Amino acid sequence: MSFMVIQDLKVHYPVRGGIFNQVVDTIRAVDGISMEFESGKAYGLVGESGCGKSTTGRAIIGLEKITSGRVIYEGVNVTNKRTKRKSSFNRDVQMIFQDAHSSLNPRKRVRDIIAEPIQNFLKLSLKEEERKISELLEIVGMPEDAKYKYPHEFSGGQKQRLGIARAIATNPKLIIADEPVSALDLSVQAQILNFMKDIQREFGLSYLFISHDLGVVKHMCDYISIMYKGRFVESGTKNDIYNNPQHIYTKRLLSAIPQVTPIGRERRKRERIKIENYYQEQYKNYFDENERVLDLIPISNTHHVAATLPMQKGGI
Amino acid sequence: MKSTGEILKIKDLHIGFKINDEFYDAVDGVSLTLKRNEILAIVGESGCGKSTLATSIIGLHDPNSTRVYGEILYRNQNLLTLGEDQLNEIRGPEIGMIFQDPLSSLNPLMRIGDQIEEGLIYHTKQNAEERKNRVQELLQQVGIQNPERVARQFPHQLSGGMRQRVIIAIAIACKPKILIADEPTTALDVTIQAQILDLLLTLQHETGAGIILITHDLGVVAEVADRVAVMYAGEIIEEAPVKELFLHPKHPYTRSLFHSIPQMSSSSERLNVIQGIVPSLINLPREGCRFASRIPWIKAEAHEKNPQIHEVASEHFVRCTCYKEFHFKKERNS
Repeated sequence: MSFMVIQDLKVHYPVRGGIFNQVVDTIRAVDGISMEFESGKAYGLVGESGCGKSTTGRAIIGLEKITSGRVIYEGVNVTNKRTKRKSSFNRDVQMIFQDAHSSLNPRKRVRDIIAEPIQNFLKLSLKEEERKISELLEIVGMPEDAKYKYPHEFSGGQKQRLGIARAIATNPKLIIADEPVSALDLSVQAQILNFMKDIQREFGLSYLFISHDLGVVKHMCDYISIMYKGRFVESGTKNDIYNNPQHIYTKRLLSAIPQVTPIGRERRKRERIKIENYYQEQYKNYFDENERVLDLIPISNTHHVAATLPMQKGGI
Repeated sequence: MKSTGEILKIKDLHIGFKINDEFYDAVDGVSLTLKRNEILAIVGESGCGKSTLATSIIGLHDPNSTRVYGEILYRNQNLLTLGEDQLNEIRGPEIGMIFQDPLSSLNPLMRIGDQIEEGLIYHTKQNAEERKNRVQELLQQVGIQNPERVARQFPHQLSGGMRQRVIIAIAIACKPKILIADEPTTALDVTIQAQILDLLLTLQHETGAGIILITHDLGVVAEVADRVAVMYAGEIIEEAPVKELFLHPKHPYTRSLFHSIPQMSSSSERLNVIQGIVPSLINLPREGCRFASRIPWIKAEAHEKNPQIHEVASEHFVRCTCYKEFHFKKERNS
């Protein structure tokens, strides 16, 4: 059973110009995507920079105004209600940001940063609040004395863990993680990813994992959606996407990921160039005249792929 | 055309930064050789000294706050002893550099064509007409579709991948014998990254240059490098041909890194975490094995007092003997 449904979400930005500052054009950052979230599952959103994946995350949580479409949380429509007081949406959906440093207030102590969601959503006495903060710091593996320090006193990985502590303070159901590890070194990244998996198991969390790193997404997610120009190109289980990619864009993206083994790299390079050439050649068949991705059609219970125009030549 | 002459030799290089009136070595006794026609990758996490090493080769460090000694031998001369004028003779026609951030290393007020031409003005005797043609040729060579238009454009009008291509065009304009690429694809999307890496490989085939590729991405290394040097805390701790390193990594640090990559393990597995943090420059242990504090479960006797470099297989070098005793820590049941 899905606890949250996103229907035909669109975020358009007007482009103003001319003498009267009229709307002359719109940028379709997110252009009609639908998703469903089940509890305890991780959903990956993958795409190249500028494809609208971050905007999607921000629109769902309410940091970006939704142009059309609906976000339905436990049966309640919560679209564009900044203070969505009628449902527990604000408490149950939290976010982790890419740049941990700039998402922590430099003038607040760690204690006050983590206390903020607690004060907003949980009615705890001062003593309970203090205990809760210590508990959260312990969960993310930070020492007790971190409470009275300021964000700048921590390393990048530690700051990201503080961001996670803040996000899980209210026992959320869904965490939207926007590139949570892309600024971190490999070994620190491993630590954060392990840890995110641990708390997922412990609290039955769902993730919306936004990343451009297909390796990380493969490690973390059950379901993956590939995004291009504001629309889904392909969406399915991890297995569907990695072992049975259908759309040319997905194939191209997968073939471009460097593999961590030097064996067979010549063959991979040839394959990559072949797919790239095919992509350039057949581009028109996969997108409509406005270069918009065509609508998704199901090819199995879990696997959806954007339609293609009738082929002029054979496939790969 | 594959010849294996050494073109660059670094011997016991130390680069120290001044902190509170004292020098601390960020690069601490590095020796390396670069051969013609090969791609040597230098990998390591942030702060290990890999970029410091690269920039010092063409003398880009600030002489007031750094202390550099050792030898960087290029054509029998030590680059460290050269003055600014002599270095300018080398930068460009002999050694080219590709920087990580394509936007901040391009001049925002100059047209692309003029920026590429700049090096040609200083280093060649070509006249304006020949230079113009060469610029067009270079832009074509790095895979830019309509070179005439791009040459007239400014950096902000180009996408990230295009800018990186321009940077490469500038670096190869004077046909350098050595290319130093400092994280050339880190800021780019995977599809663009693949194109840029292919481009580097093609250019190398054409010119036979030696390339030093600085990166933290082991995937990139596996795709393009011939030889790999792994750096940790200012030292090279392992060096081997690419296949040897990926198939038989020896040093605990290298092995730990490989086990931290999400791609290589199935998702049910936990990723390996290297215990502790990279020590800061001031707190670097200057004696004994520098990685020892991160693998405390390995007994102290396993490390050498004065870690030496051992050749464990042909052309495969490892620092310290602790690799013999190393095993991964058993996962605690939490």
